[in-house]
Amino acid sequence: MDEGLRSELSKAGVFTTSLNELYNWGRKNSVWPLQFGLACCAIEMIAASMARFDIARFGAEVFRPSPRQADLMIVAGTVTKKMAPQVVRLYNQMPEPKYVIAMGACAISGGPFKQGYNVLKGIDRYIPVDVHIPGCPPRPEALLHALMTLQKRIEEQALTGETRPRHLDANQPSEFPIPAFGAHDLEPPSNPAIWSPPKTDRGC
Amino acid sequence: MQALQGFSQEENPYIFLAVFLVAAAVFAVTPLALAALWAMKYSPRKSGPSKNAVYECGLESKTQDWVQFKSDYYLYGIIFLVFDVEVIFLLPFAVAFKTLPVGAFVAIMIFLLLLVEGLVWAWRKGVLNWK
Repeated sequence: MDEGLRSELSKAGVFTTSLNELYNWGRKNSVWPLQFGLACCAIEMIAASMARFDIARFGAEVFRPSPRQADLMIVAGTVTKKMAPQVVRLYNQMPEPKYVIAMGACAISGGPFKQGYNVLKGIDRYIPVDVHIPGCPPRPEALLHALMTLQKRIEEQALTGETRPRHLDANQPSEFPIPAFGAHDLEPPSNPAIWSPPKTDRGC
Repeated sequence: MQALQGFSQEENPYIFLAVFLVAAAVFAVTPLALAALWAMKYSPRKSGPSKNAVYECGLESKTQDWVQFKSDYYLYGIIFLVFDVEVIFLLPFAVAFKTLPVGAFVAIMIFLLLLVEGLVWAWRKGVLNWK
């Protein structure tokens, strides 16, 4: 619909919308997170859900204890290599459409444990992350900002066409390969379909 | 007008019940049908082995998901009900005992007999022995 016409109509008191907008409006205002925490970031996530920060203002207060009822996975904390397969499996068990917020330095990159042998260097190696939050730990405001960012992204998703999101495309996978414990590392060490090592241009 | 006469409230007081029945069915089925239509048109099914797994806490189940539960406790619960119901009915019976007619006495005795019968049956089946 033409934006000018829409603004004219809204001035005249006529509200117009499209099926796509209605669908996204409903989805973005009822993002139900999965209730699980991996490390200290989870404490900030809990704080964000309590009265002072009140994540309920964004329709995301219904923390579900089962992946079958959740839309959003907040990876709050250090993902150890022992825990990574379980996190991926939980993600696989969530129904579509599903989103991931990687919360804190550990979840996005390994954080202070990046050089350690037992910590995954970012959960985006195995599952598609929608919003990354830096910080150690991020304040509840940062989590709220991530949620708002996610809501904006949901709002912009197309219902049809080539740019439609994964959950509306029958050819896109809904489950991602679960890594297994190998002799030295997780196998495979990353999912090449969604993550590749950043290329560094050393100029030589 | 003549055809509608049969549906008036005076002639058929159950007409509201029928209307409620239909409204309830429509109310329940419409969202489901809309969701099914939506899924057909826009959002394809996305199932997979993890999603269809019985266990849902991130770990894989190590054994068969279909297990047999010991039904002993359930049987005890059923038999407890015999005593439970007995007490509830016996107390007012005992309180009003002196003023009761013979018919009421016989009725409560039949009721007790039915309950005791159940207990004896369970006893003879060996349900009261914890194995």
